[in-house]
Amino acid sequence: MATIWAIGELVDGAPTKLTFELATLARQLADASGGRAAAVLVGEGASTAGSDVADYVPSVYAVDTEEALNDRPIAAVVAPRVAALVAQRKPDFLLLGASNDGKDTAGMLVGLTDLPILYNGAAVEWAESAPRVEMSTFGGKLVTHSTFNGERGIVVVRAASVTAEPASSAGDVETTTLDPVQELPKVTVADSVMEAGAAAPIEEARIIVGGGRGVGSPDGFRMIEDLAQAMGGAVGATRAVVDAGWIGYSQQIGQTGKIVKPALYVACGISGAIQHKVGVQTAGTIIAINRDPDAPIAEFADLMVVGDVFEIVPRLTQAIKTRKSGS
Amino acid sequence: MNIVVLLKAVPVVGTEKLGNDLLTDRSVQLEANGNDEYVLEKALKLTEAHGGEVTVLTMGPAGATEALRKALAMGAARAIHVADDSIKGSDTPATVEILTAALRKVSFDLAFVGADTSDGQGGVVGAAVAVKLGLPYLSYASEIEPMDGGVRIHRITTTGYDVLEAPTPAVVMGTQLLGAPRYPALRGIMQARSKPVDAWSVADLGLATSTAGAAAATTRTLDSAKPPERAGATFVREPADVAVAQIVDFLAARRLV
Ligand SMILES: Cc1cc2nc3c(=O)[nH]c(=O)nc-3n(C[C@H](O)[C@H](O)[C@H](O)COP(=O)(O)OP(=O)(O)OC[C@H]3O[C@@H](n4cnc5c(N)ncnc54)[C@H](O)[C@@H]3O)c2cc1C
Ligand SMILES: Nc1ncnc2c1ncn2[C@@H]1O[C@H](COP(=O)(O)O)[C@@H](O)[C@H]1O
Repeated sequence: MATIWAIGELVDGAPTKLTFELATLARQLADASGGRAAAVLVGEGASTAGSDVADYVPSVYAVDTEEALNDRPIAAVVAPRVAALVAQRKPDFLLLGASNDGKDTAGMLVGLTDLPILYNGAAVEWAESAPRVEMSTFGGKLVTHSTFNGERGIVVVRAASVTAEPASSAGDVETTTLDPVQELPKVTVADSVMEAGAAAPIEEARIIVGGGRGVGSPDGFRMIEDLAQAMGGAVGATRAVVDAGWIGYSQQIGQTGKIVKPALYVACGISGAIQHKVGVQTAGTIIAINRDPDAPIAEFADLMVVGDVFEIVPRLTQAIKTRKSGS
Repeated sequence: MNIVVLLKAVPVVGTEKLGNDLLTDRSVQLEANGNDEYVLEKALKLTEAHGGEVTVLTMGPAGATEALRKALAMGAARAIHVADDSIKGSDTPATVEILTAALRKVSFDLAFVGADTSDGQGGVVGAAVAVKLGLPYLSYASEIEPMDGGVRIHRITTTGYDVLEAPTPAVVMGTQLLGAPRYPALRGIMQARSKPVDAWSVADLGLATSTAGAAAATTRTLDSAKPPERAGATFVREPADVAVAQIVDFLAARRLV
């Protein structure tokens, strides 16, 4: 009989894909426990966004905030308000997304509420009195399950751990205003800088084409972008090429980059070092194109194409374009 | 400007294992968490440019000393090692409590944390510690620069970066974009031998040992298993045109194109 809340995220007033996944998961866990699920949205436009999220959970608490808060980092606005709502209504478990803002919010909530926390969740199910959280541990060497000793806690869940599915009937949106438990020390967002050529985000992409040092140069990286575009996917990268400045850090996959779970990953000129592997090993299908048949990536690829990226990638792009144009 | 760097000693990446108690086995060889070395490097650069000292703070077993020695050899002035039999198996709230109590005893302008740890991948400790200390928290920094009485960072966003500003003292979480860590020079290694490493116990921090360790943990690991093996790769070694046709067929069979 647990009350489970999904703490959503708004980007420009719209819920992220991860928000719908968390809402779905909250509903599934609450159903399994015989309890109730809700989603919490905090920020400007929360009540408008609430009706979209209400398709996934029986209740949505929408906490609209004033414009004056827009010059603070998101987590510093969300966490003290969620903490206030938690103090008021005492949910048992909170689900947050493993995005940068989600992790910041989760950490602040630990500081504000002292709730126990499990993070890095790759799958979550209900077990007796608490969620049972599956994680990929030590760079995927192990799959472990963890749980809470008590009956309250926070779970940080990775993107694509659940498939978002609307509920059979839409829920209610309750717009609430509330004071934060405490206003956190002020951090000001003095400026937001858009960087030219920011590539499509990889976190939520179904297809990712990754490029590594084997593509040779920034120019070589163009063919990775072309292939990604032809396939309708996003561009990923290794740390080696991010450090070299061939592409932005937001595209980096791995231990110090992002952990992604696309249906398809095409790794071009990537050796498959353990720190890269941990970011993508749960992809549905992995195709590697590498001239070295002994590259470590062969150990976790499904299709290992031994060859030169400069010969294969442009031809593959062409073949996919041809196929898609219906001929 | 004095900077304290929170540095965790983690099992050498690739060699990690769980003990029979399902806790991470920390009796193996430990090294500084890779992400913490990026913020350490930035802290050293900042103090070299603007004056002040770098202190490294770790909570961990005796085997963490080597990681601290390396940090001293890289240029940190002193190290604090919270080492106590009672901390083994501490959960996140207990870790936060201990690191917060330790930081209360240190005077600093900036406290740096890494983006996350290779053995836990939480990325939550810094935010929690900042809240406990009542200090501003600035995260995912690709750039950190001092301001008069404050700090300015670039925080990575999906479309570029935000410029964040706050008064000091503050807690800053940094990323690899701050730049690669240096290797300790021979001179640094020699100097490190005479630099102080303070050992603090949980009692020294004014905390009860019963609040730390596995017995007080609020979460537990239930089981661990080897992940299901991926099926193993099918190799394609044909010339490019044939290989491409095979890739397309493979994608089509899996409905990925
Ligand atoms: C603390 C720490 C954190 C790290 N975090 C990350 C991380 O988050 N993400 C990450 O990716 N890495 C990370 N790394 C780095 C990682 O260890 C590797 O160095 C990196 O992933 C290698 O990148 P790469 O595959 O592009 O380059 P390389 O390892 O140099 O591999 C290049 C590959 O391209 C192939 N190749 C070359 N030319 C061609 C050609 N013409 N055609 C076909 N194939 C070709 C080669 O056979 C080789 O396999 C981290 C390292 C540390 C220490
Ligand atoms: N035991 C520890 N000792 C020192 N610093 C730590 C410890 N645990 C976590 N940290 C710091 O907090 C950051 C995030 O850790 P985590 O939330 O565990 O991924 C790390 O990169 C360190 O800077």
